[in-house]
Amino acid sequence: MNKQSHTKASPNRRLRGMIIKESLQIIRDPSSIAIAFIMPVVLLLLFGYGVSLDAKHVPVGLVIEQPDAVTASLAGSFAQSEYFAPRPFHSIQEAETALKERRIDGIIWLKNNFSEQLLNTKEPPIAVRVNGVDSNQANMTQGYIQGVWLTWLQHYAQSKGRSLQQAVQMEQRIWFNPALSSTLFLVPGLIAIIMTLIGSMLTSMVVAREWDRGTMEAILVTPLSSNEFLAGKLVPYFVLGMVSMLFTVALAIWLFDVPMLGSFWILLLSSSLFMLVSLAIGLLISIVSKNQFVAGQISLVVTFLPAYMLSGFIFDIHSMPAAIQLITHIVPARYFVAILQTLFLAGDIWPVLLANMGALLLMLFIFAVIVRKKSNNHLE
Amino acid sequence: MLQAIFALAIKEFLALLRDKRSRLVLIVPPLAQLLIFGYAASFDLNNVPIAIYNEDRGATSHEFISRLEGSPNFEIIRSIHRDADIAPLIDNKKALIVLHIDSRFSANLQKNIPASMQVILDGRNSNMATVAFNYMRSILMDFNHEWAETHGTGRPPATLKIRAWYNENLQSRWFIIPGIIGLLTLVVTLMVTALSVAREREAGTFDQLLVTPLTPLQILIGKALPGVVIGIVEASVIITFAVYWFDIPLRGSLGSLYLGLFLFSLSAVGVGLMISAISVTQQQAVLGAFMFMVPAVILSGYATPIANMPEVIQWLTYINPLRYLLIIIRGVFLEGDSYALLFNQYWPMAIIGIASLATAGWLFRKRMY
Repeated sequence: MNKQSHTKASPNRRLRGMIIKESLQIIRDPSSIAIAFIMPVVLLLLFGYGVSLDAKHVPVGLVIEQPDAVTASLAGSFAQSEYFAPRPFHSIQEAETALKERRIDGIIWLKNNFSEQLLNTKEPPIAVRVNGVDSNQANMTQGYIQGVWLTWLQHYAQSKGRSLQQAVQMEQRIWFNPALSSTLFLVPGLIAIIMTLIGSMLTSMVVAREWDRGTMEAILVTPLSSNEFLAGKLVPYFVLGMVSMLFTVALAIWLFDVPMLGSFWILLLSSSLFMLVSLAIGLLISIVSKNQFVAGQISLVVTFLPAYMLSGFIFDIHSMPAAIQLITHIVPARYFVAILQTLFLAGDIWPVLLANMGALLLMLFIFAVIVRKKSNNHLE
Repeated sequence: MLQAIFALAIKEFLALLRDKRSRLVLIVPPLAQLLIFGYAASFDLNNVPIAIYNEDRGATSHEFISRLEGSPNFEIIRSIHRDADIAPLIDNKKALIVLHIDSRFSANLQKNIPASMQVILDGRNSNMATVAFNYMRSILMDFNHEWAETHGTGRPPATLKIRAWYNENLQSRWFIIPGIIGLLTLVVTLMVTALSVAREREAGTFDQLLVTPLTPLQILIGKALPGVVIGIVEASVIITFAVYWFDIPLRGSLGSLYLGLFLFSLSAVGVGLMISAISVTQQQAVLGAFMFMVPAVILSGYATPIANMPEVIQWLTYINPLRYLLIIIRGVFLEGDSYALLFNQYWPMAIIGIASLATAGWLFRKRMY
């Protein structure tokens, strides 16, 4: 670019022109508006209402070989629990067929002489099977079955004048989310996912589009410097991302009753930081790929999917193998998800907030340097 | 006529595979994702950071703590000695759990009075808290059992023996990796087809294609073929990795798996072409593909079960082809299901495939005249 002769011809006006051009492109292309405003709503509704790790009314088959008062009382315990929707079966064979056909998720089988043997043998005359394919749900279901069984057994033994005491009892106290509702941790994390979509996906397509259409050459011969070009590309998408972030936060608070315990200014500051990092990554992808198909695929793979899977949004980072844990350090959403979950559910806890914001700042610096270098190579 | 379709399909393959970067994008990212997500995506917890607040001086509490130490699920990060130390550890995410044992613990146990301990959990991630508590409870149940047996204090409550079918050790990986096969097949197939028409429209070559002697139906088939082929090839590579790298048991027949994959790629291609037909630019096509993909993944039962969703959302999942494919893949891999058992998954996908391809064809025609 010919800097010498033109830089003095009011760079502000050139920058403004670039920003206006980009903004018009966003406003005139319904798909960008859709991803900035409709996507957050759809995602929030889907996650808020549709995604839940809390199993309720699990269909279980109940096989009672010798019905009497005792088995009726146990069956009643299962029927009353909100976790189960028991269905009677006449024989274990029938129930096993139903389990194989996925009509039920588990079987509780009270064997022949259940009532007689209940308190007399070491192995209780009851057998339980669960479908283990979905291991997480199976784990939860097992926990619920154990819970119902133990409570019922204690009551039953007491009514017979026997005590079945446990040596050690454990009481649990859960902080920040006492009802253990998965919505409360999924919805704040979702803000990170939505901002990743706008910051990286949308932006990466933008420069790539200029190459695809051949308008990049046209821009290259204008007096625009590469800094102005980058700023002009970034400002409109930054605004778009922040607006949809505020929109998402408003929905989270008023629609899903997620508490917002931290301060709003920290939220604004940390989201700006995260947005800038996402934009830098988006720009980098588009500069490198120069083709919308490639840009779309790369941004999907290096931004969206890691934000979903490697950020601690849904899967625990601590439990991953060490090599994968290392990779999660270069996923910016990891830091932002930690900030969001803490800010919403626990409040301004400075050690967590500062450490993660520091990491975002460092990432921003590194990516800004890379983008500068790459854009100089590619654009000039 | 067949020759014409064939020629178009070959041209589509060339358009896609000619570019080195496009080629790389089809091969490297899916494999990288499979490896990374295969190891990362798990609900099982290892090395849960736990802090111990033990006020008891007896031997029994130490015996319990050494059980925690021996468990791969927990990692004791610190011992604390004051109430005030609990909050910072949990707040700052240094520990997920603080175990508090009070000073009368051992004494109560010796006197045969039920002893108690308190577990404080960080509930920010509710699922982790529940899973970690369940681990803790099973360690406690074992402890109680042995205590009752060795000390002869009353009968311990009979513990239930629960057997899990199909995934006997309840490993998350057996559940997630078959899911990834479906996920990646969807991503690749949809992207390839969604961009195929949009690319031509943006370059202006779609009009040229329209004035060739090809009928809309032939264009549709020619455009659909590469998507189906690439989707199935991609899936085969991932299946190979799932079986030989991750050791996921493949208990059913490959035929029933591939019938499902074929029907699924038809419906994914149909949706991709629909998106392609209504978008004017490639950017719109990618965004459109995305807007289909995200809900399709979320509402497929990939990570969170469909049964937990509200009923209205559950109805929505019936038009999601990925829902059926995931049941088929998991059914064939883990449960060894036969064709008959999967029949109810095959036919909805076939209907979705036919309907979406027909709509795409109709949209092509509408765009033409």
